[in-house]
Amino acid sequence: MNESLKGKSYPPVDYEVGREKIREYANAIGATAPENHDRDAAREKGYRDVVAPPMFAVVYSWMAMAAGVLDPEVGINFARMLHAGQEFVWGEPVCSGDTITTTTTLADLYERGGMEFYVFESVSVNQDGQETARGTWTNLVRTG
Amino acid sequence: MEPGDQIPELKVTPDKYLPYRYAGASGDFNPIHIDPEFAKAVGLPGNILHGLYDMALVARANVQAAGGDLRKLKRLSVQFRGMGFPEQEITVSGTVKEVRDGRAIIDTVAEQGGNKIIKNAEAELEL
Repeated sequence: MNESLKGKSYPPVDYEVGREKIREYANAIGATAPENHDRDAAREKGYRDVVAPPMFAVVYSWMAMAAGVLDPEVGINFARMLHAGQEFVWGEPVCSGDTITTTTTLADLYERGGMEFYVFESVSVNQDGQETARGTWTNLVRTG
Repeated sequence: MEPGDQIPELKVTPDKYLPYRYAGASGDFNPIHIDPEFAKAVGLPGNILHGLYDMALVARANVQAAGGDLRKLKRLSVQFRGMGFPEQEITVSGTVKEVRDGRAIIDTVAEQGGNKIIKNAEAELEL
């Protein structure tokens, strides 16, 4: 484990948010609120367009996260990796038509109890520069 | 909302094919979620639900507690512990821990068959 990599950042990744992708995600998690499916219903509630459920943040930030998780310099043994914890702090809601740009940083890495911990932070902003979500992804790798 | 109040429970039974739909929706095709034979080969009882799907149910329960307005869910932090499986009912429940500065902190848990699949979940709702 190379602790000097703490703070390493990865290039920003863009994600273009589509109405059907929001609907597909909302259906998968059982989010039936009309604003997650219908443009007129979303507009009536003050959104620009069909709005994504909060946990859609994993969809638009995953590709940016993958750059870190799969970085050979970090060297995570993906087959032994477990997702141990997750936090999101939400800002501006994400709607169909948005372009979300996510930047990932390896915020911390350490060993504890025979396990390696890798903590990534993702920061996502929309096309107007408003922060939509900040994620903290804690992954552990069993080394024993 | 007062400390000690319970939020309305959310009960969901993911069907056998839910992990395939979630994989497609999220882009996470890790075979432990969608291939029962692969899952058994690596020592699991069967294919397991995506942890981030379980977390999405915890988020739904908290949005529901906030009157259905997703803008009220400001933060959610979870730890993944047990494994969730398709075709078994999941119950998400929560208790208001504290209320201050126009925000409520909700301790939330997701259980399935007596196992806590998400614990120490903390949600922050705008009141």
